[in-house]
Amino acid sequence: MQSIDLRGVSCPTNFVMAKLELEDIEAGTTVEFLLDDGEPVKNVPRSLKDEGHKLLGLQEREGYYVLTLEKGED
Amino acid sequence: MAEQKIDLKNLKAGGFIKERGKDLFTVRLRVPGGRLSVDRLSKIAEVAQKYGKGFVHLSVRQSIELININFNDFDAVVAELGEEQQKVASCGARVRVPTACGGCEYNPNGLVDTQKSALEVDQKLFGTATGHHKFKVCFAGCPFDCPKSAINDVGFQGAVWPKLDADGCISCGLCAKSCTEGALSMGADKKPVFDADKCIYCGDCIKVCPTGAWSAEKKGYTVRIGGKWGRRPLVGTLYATFVPEERVVDFIAVVLAWYQEKAEGAGRVRLGDIIIREGWQSLLERLRGDFPEYVVRETIAPQIIQTQLPLTGRQA
Repeated sequence: MQSIDLRGVSCPTNFVMAKLELEDIEAGTTVEFLLDDGEPVKNVPRSLKDEGHKLLGLQEREGYYVLTLEKGED
Repeated sequence: MAEQKIDLKNLKAGGFIKERGKDLFTVRLRVPGGRLSVDRLSKIAEVAQKYGKGFVHLSVRQSIELININFNDFDAVVAELGEEQQKVASCGARVRVPTACGGCEYNPNGLVDTQKSALEVDQKLFGTATGHHKFKVCFAGCPFDCPKSAINDVGFQGAVWPKLDADGCISCGLCAKSCTEGALSMGADKKPVFDADKCIYCGDCIKVCPTGAWSAEKKGYTVRIGGKWGRRPLVGTLYATFVPEERVVDFIAVVLAWYQEKAEGAGRVRLGDIIIREGWQSLLERLRGDFPEYVVRETIAPQIIQTQLPLTGRQA
């Protein structure tokens, strides 16, 4: 599974970077994003859901989060 | 990483805010002190017409916001606004664009040049990452306080301390009549008597005096710190008086440094809540180091405004 590290990237740059990455990925593919705690983990999953992607899971690791999602249709 | 289609540097200071619709953002513009030239306004209208929804929104903090901007157009929007030196504002945990009233060049109530202060703060501190939460600064030109200084993280309010030239006083009594705070009364010798404990530094006595017998002995900003609005509003409290206009940026920088340090590890928390946690003495002492002649002897904690929510003991 492709893993995209957005740790250390502040809002809204992290979301825009996630969008750009998803543009090159086929619909139905599962991807994971590494996100910082705080605003990034509150904002990015919500925004990606609004864009039509399916959120599959969010897991806390040591000091950060792993968001798994399935890319939606363009 | 995918091929970069847009310039991510444009996003660094924030100001691009996700909307509900796919690919759509609100673009908040940087309008320090709420003032912009007609040329800039025309350019904003042109860009809004070309890339936006057909309207703009005036934010409550003196920004113009472009609505429904597709993220693929970010670079074009930034470039076209830049033709008139219009920049994008900030959001998130950063020093925000300072707000200000009209200032003193044309407003008869103005005591200090709030527009100049707002521009200076915007130039030197805009977008500084706080590491914790938003950080709002405003400038009010006088105690009418239209920008609501006490609900900003650091709020400045123009102030003058009056002095009387008794020989120049013609005993008209206008100053005592104009002083709504009751700090002035007419004495037995038909000269004004000043009760310093009641003066709020508004300068009404100076403005109304027909002979110029009242003048400003000192002038600057009253500073309140720790205010905010939102879910849990706080009113900021008094930390300094008559801070000179040229020391405003340094003053904010000290508050910001204290906030960054004391809120370490506390997450997304505003300055006022950190003051409540740490005690007002800590910040006051820090400021006293650099501004001994201006900080007050003591203050009080930011004042909690009771909003009556949540309702306790019953369902909504």
